[in-house]
Amino acid sequence: MNRLFLTATALIALGACGKVQDIDPSQQVGPNPVLPKPVEELVAAVGVPDVVGWKDGEHPTVPAGFQIQAMATGLSNPRNILPLPNGDVLVVETQRVGSEPVDRPKDPIRDFIMSMAHGGGGAKETSGASAGPPQRITLLRDADGDGKPELKSVLVDHLVSPFGITLVGNDLYIADTDAILRFPFTPGQTKITAPPQKVVDLPGGLIDHHWTKSLTASPDGSKLYAGVGSNSNVQERGPEAETNRAAIWEVDPKTGVYRVFASGLRNPNGLTFYPGSNTLWTVVNERDELGPNLVPDYMTSVKEGAFYGWPYSYYGQHVDPRVKPQRPDLVAKAIPPDYALSSHVAALGLTFYTGASFPAMFRGGAFVGEHGSWNRTELNGYRVVFIRFAGGKPVGRPYNFVTGFIGPDAKARGRPVGVAVDRTGALLIADDVGGTVWRVTYASPPKLASR
Amino acid sequence: MAENVRERPYRTGIARHPISAIILPIPIICFIGALATDLAYDGSGGNLIWLNFSSWLIATGLFFGGILVVLMLIDMFRLPQLRSSEGWAGFALLVAAWIVELINSFVHARDGWTAVVPLGLILSAAGALQILIYGWLWHEARYDTGERA
Repeated sequence: MNRLFLTATALIALGACGKVQDIDPSQQVGPNPVLPKPVEELVAAVGVPDVVGWKDGEHPTVPAGFQIQAMATGLSNPRNILPLPNGDVLVVETQRVGSEPVDRPKDPIRDFIMSMAHGGGGAKETSGASAGPPQRITLLRDADGDGKPELKSVLVDHLVSPFGITLVGNDLYIADTDAILRFPFTPGQTKITAPPQKVVDLPGGLIDHHWTKSLTASPDGSKLYAGVGSNSNVQERGPEAETNRAAIWEVDPKTGVYRVFASGLRNPNGLTFYPGSNTLWTVVNERDELGPNLVPDYMTSVKEGAFYGWPYSYYGQHVDPRVKPQRPDLVAKAIPPDYALSSHVAALGLTFYTGASFPAMFRGGAFVGEHGSWNRTELNGYRVVFIRFAGGKPVGRPYNFVTGFIGPDAKARGRPVGVAVDRTGALLIADDVGGTVWRVTYASPPKLASR
Repeated sequence: MAENVRERPYRTGIARHPISAIILPIPIICFIGALATDLAYDGSGGNLIWLNFSSWLIATGLFFGGILVVLMLIDMFRLPQLRSSEGWAGFALLVAAWIVELINSFVHARDGWTAVVPLGLILSAAGALQILIYGWLWHEARYDTGERA
């Protein structure tokens, strides 16, 4: 892998003279990120760390006063977490199946780089039984709230690249990559045997470039919201492949009727309503191959009916020169997002701190799981950041809350994805390539009684 | 019958035929084809099927062009007649076209309009021109061989 790293670096040095977009990622956070000129390098910069996993006793780093421990290890690509009020924690073990159709000689090369980033060593996944990798929801039961589950059980198996998960009353909704499913579920159950009902089909298909379908429910439970990522980096599979994609859908769970709630969002994940409000928030992965410092990923509140630019423009009216034919009518109405997270961090998880066991400054703030970059030689992301909120709006700079996913040897132990707050106020982190669910607590392990 | 010798250039036996002739046309066709599909992409205002065509044509041209470079070197080593000024100029143009098209393949790996317009199109035109002159010079060198044999 280091060879690929070096080759790419050498070729970049050959192709581009000097340092491109010479700004610091810290200039690209907050409401007004510095946006340099697009630079299309001759060979797109690639920096993907080897994945070596966590050795016994190794763990990510947390600030002083906090503790981190593995709640579960040996999982298969845990990507999302749903803590339930009774203390059970649902973990989504998932990955994409198959590779995208090859349109250009570039496509298999890109697939190879992505598989390296997932620790596949460029080979096909072989974990699990004969029928491919696990695609399931695993239940962890931690009745006493000490972060050490007494029971681990497969709640639902044989899903289709699931990602989004949310509970409304006794209905458990799971967003497979190609459909939203509803399972009857009584909290306390450890296995669901009843067949699901399909609420609505979601765009999947052969390409399914951004396959993770994030899911949440409105505070009153009357609507579902699903994140449907784009089918390409910047529409290079053609506009037809993007029908109803790069959007957040609003779905009526009773009828399956849906509409596009907001669009122009390249790959929206981490859908969450701000606590005590009707404002939907998301983190979005912006486009690649415009240089190491374009385009910053972002966190934003989602305005109904709004258009956020993709693929025609970014951060308002910054037109992407790669997209033809252009749509000046859409660019004109594109709105900039609320809060930039810096470029290529791959923000995939978002949760607001609703617990009470962390210090007061954390209340109502956002934790963002940054899976980490591939399209820049200096890695960015690979951490969980915290962003303080005041009056329902983000303030200040992101704070690196959980780090150490990249070791001192520049190899990846893990990569954070989904984040959630459990009933004790601890932060849970799904670490897909590390196969672990991490649990962050403050000071002494919190007790249920203190809540 | 004393006809023009140029009409019957090869009397040297199959062992002395240049083996580069086997795949000589492939990079020529591919690089000219890529120029045509680039023009079609530009003309269509961004219909991506033409960009895909160009990418494969350039990749195929590079693959066979690389083999052709090796075969030409073997031929020039085997057949002293090929080491004429036309022969060397042709060889240099082939290598130049290959390098231009290698850069072109990276440009064509971009996502969308800037994969072709303007840099990809310019490189495709340059590569096509070089490979055409190469073909002409190489044939010239081979005919000279025939005359001298």
